[in-house]
Amino acid sequence: MAMPQSQQPNPAHPAPHNDSLSEDDRDQPLFKARDKVYPKRVSGYFRNLKWYALIALLGIYWVVPWLRWDRGPSAPDQAVLIDMDLGRAYFFFIEIWPQEVYYITGLLILAAIGLFLATSLFGRIWCGYGCPQTVWTDLFMLVERYIQGDRNARARLDKARWTFEKIWKIGATHLSWLVISAATGGAFVLYFNDAPTVLVDIFTGNASLSVYVTIASLTFSTYLLAGWAREQVCTYMCPWPRFQSAMLDDESMIVTYEGWRGEPRGPIKRRNLVRGEVPEVGHCIDCHACFNVCPTGIDIRDGLQLECIGCGLCIDACNEMMDKVGFPRDLVRFDSVQNTQLRAQGKATKISIIRPRTIFYSFLLILVASVMAFGLMNRSTLEVSVLRDRNPLFVRLSDGDVRNGYTLKVLNKEQALKTYTLQISGLNATDFQVIGQTPNQDGTFALNVAPDRVGSFRVFIAANPAKLDGDTTPFEFSVTDTDDNVRETYDTVFAGPK
Amino acid sequence: MSTHVEKDQVSGRETTGHEWDGIKELNTPLPSWWVYVFWACCVWSVGYWVVYPSWPSASGYLHGMFETTNRTQLHETMANVAAERAPYMERLAALDLDGIVDDGELLNFSMAGGKAIFAENCAPCHGTGGSGNPGFPSLQDDDWLWGGALDAINETIHVGVRWDANEDTRFNDMPAFGRDEILERQDISDVVQYVMAFTGRETDKAAASRGTEIFADNCSSCHGEDAKGVHELGAPNLTDAIWLYGGDLSTITETVTNSRRGVMPAWGDRLDEETIKMLAVYVHSLGGGQ
Repeated sequence: MAMPQSQQPNPAHPAPHNDSLSEDDRDQPLFKARDKVYPKRVSGYFRNLKWYALIALLGIYWVVPWLRWDRGPSAPDQAVLIDMDLGRAYFFFIEIWPQEVYYITGLLILAAIGLFLATSLFGRIWCGYGCPQTVWTDLFMLVERYIQGDRNARARLDKARWTFEKIWKIGATHLSWLVISAATGGAFVLYFNDAPTVLVDIFTGNASLSVYVTIASLTFSTYLLAGWAREQVCTYMCPWPRFQSAMLDDESMIVTYEGWRGEPRGPIKRRNLVRGEVPEVGHCIDCHACFNVCPTGIDIRDGLQLECIGCGLCIDACNEMMDKVGFPRDLVRFDSVQNTQLRAQGKATKISIIRPRTIFYSFLLILVASVMAFGLMNRSTLEVSVLRDRNPLFVRLSDGDVRNGYTLKVLNKEQALKTYTLQISGLNATDFQVIGQTPNQDGTFALNVAPDRVGSFRVFIAANPAKLDGDTTPFEFSVTDTDDNVRETYDTVFAGPK
Repeated sequence: MSTHVEKDQVSGRETTGHEWDGIKELNTPLPSWWVYVFWACCVWSVGYWVVYPSWPSASGYLHGMFETTNRTQLHETMANVAAERAPYMERLAALDLDGIVDDGELLNFSMAGGKAIFAENCAPCHGTGGSGNPGFPSLQDDDWLWGGALDAINETIHVGVRWDANEDTRFNDMPAFGRDEILERQDISDVVQYVMAFTGRETDKAAASRGTEIFADNCSSCHGEDAKGVHELGAPNLTDAIWLYGGDLSTITETVTNSRRGVMPAWGDRLDEETIKMLAVYVHSLGGGQ
């Protein structure tokens, strides 16, 4: 790019323009005031879908911590619980130890691919129906509308002077929001504690500081994000709208405006139409119904845009209007860009769900899900790990033998006390002992490990260096659960002098 | 003031008026709440100056409302830790060493504590983990100069070895047979051959047999007639595979000629009873405890 080299007048940059530049500069506001959105009430197919999603998702959030699941006396009976102190996560029949956190990673990968697949098929339905920001904002708007009235009433109330009516209506709205927010924050901690116990503790003042801090911060953030920030979260904070277009193609189902038959738009009165007559084109009567119901305050007739969360409420609003004036429905519709173009040309439309993109995402989804399912199915209830002493590598004993020290960890992932048999093989050992344990007749050891715990044992093994093959001799520890005949081995080495 | 705002023809959005080679910058102002958050952060930072130590002054610095320093925080943390440890320390003081080992909880506490204390005080000579260095015995093997039982280890830590400041210190003094001209060179050479024969090495048979009498006259009073050492005297066993300074011909000759005089401080003068108990339990657990 060429920078201006001199003060010579440049035909491409006339001087008068540069003068207005400096003046414009001063006039520009530093920031943009928020245009408050007052979404109007609407009813129809997509609004109903949104209600069902809201009830289902909030129901899951508030009910799940109360489900019980019997795991025996040594483990909690809460179906879904993350126990931070003990480092255990319970999900119905699944129990995860901290080192198995990759299952959570797997879940996150599944969620991400699921999101990509859903977006490439149906646009931003996650944003419109599933995202907590949407769900809670929807709930807050419901409360707001119940107390303050619909779009026009709310806009009027905001502009009105502070009368008693305004004070109680605004006050009641915010109070209700705070109650919902507190219930939201309160339910979150139930997932990390025994729900009935911690609920009583919260109200009697016996819960831990971290519980109160968590509730307070989530109450505050829920109130702030769903009450005040709303669509600003989607437009300014969330990264997802910024790269959604990478998931979409012409065949993705999105909320579209059929401009080809909508335009030219204009009020119906000026069209000189006979009663009941439907014009060829120009179906949009410019009633602003789609704009009025939009929770992010955009005009869908401008096409797919960053702010659109794909909820489809404008479709309901437009259909209601079209029915009233007797024009064909679905001027704003849930369809692909390609179909809109085909319809404009009078050709047959098609919905193709199976496309390279969706096949790829589905394949990934199935692959990751299978790997995870396989991992879970074959999850061992017994794990063994051996840490070899490295300082020193070996100890010379008075009789000339060398001794190696090991720390043996036995993970008992069952809810029952287990007795395991420990033996070593592949090494010509002269001494084999576990500190604090008496050997069995055959030289093996019986090790007890408490239910759902890790047993840690110090093991000393000695061998005659003259009979070793080189300075490191590979051998294995094997731990057998004699009841279930489950056996785990761990390969390690015995170090001796060179 | 001009009220003219230029609009970009393609996007219909306002421009900032900035232009580079015909490319105009669209104006995308920040949302107002974003700006409020910026100002809130500025106010927050002022609060920080008031609460925490901040600005330097001519005679020091602004201390902040609560006199917070890392040092006072450290003291608080250490006091909390000491308070947490107190019940264990009381039980450690009340019990003898065998009692501590039998109490699983105290055993774990001592092992963990002893490990840290060992790393701070003992590791420079004995090596991390007590693996030993030439002249500084390994604490992991089964050979002990002054005894490997819990009480013996405890005593050695208390009084040290050849530590002049402590009256009860473990003490012995091997004569420098060569330097002080107690034995002739030839005699030393012979007795070294005799000593090396204990560990089954190839030796000069004639020299070794000449050394037998020299050993009996000069060495056996401390090392024992069978050369297996005496714990009470701190005399090492000469028949096992472990050599404190080295077991080859030249090192043994050097030891007999000039003697050795390793020193260990008396930790009873520096560490308290409970700490030494933890240390003894830890050292005993390293693998060689008797």
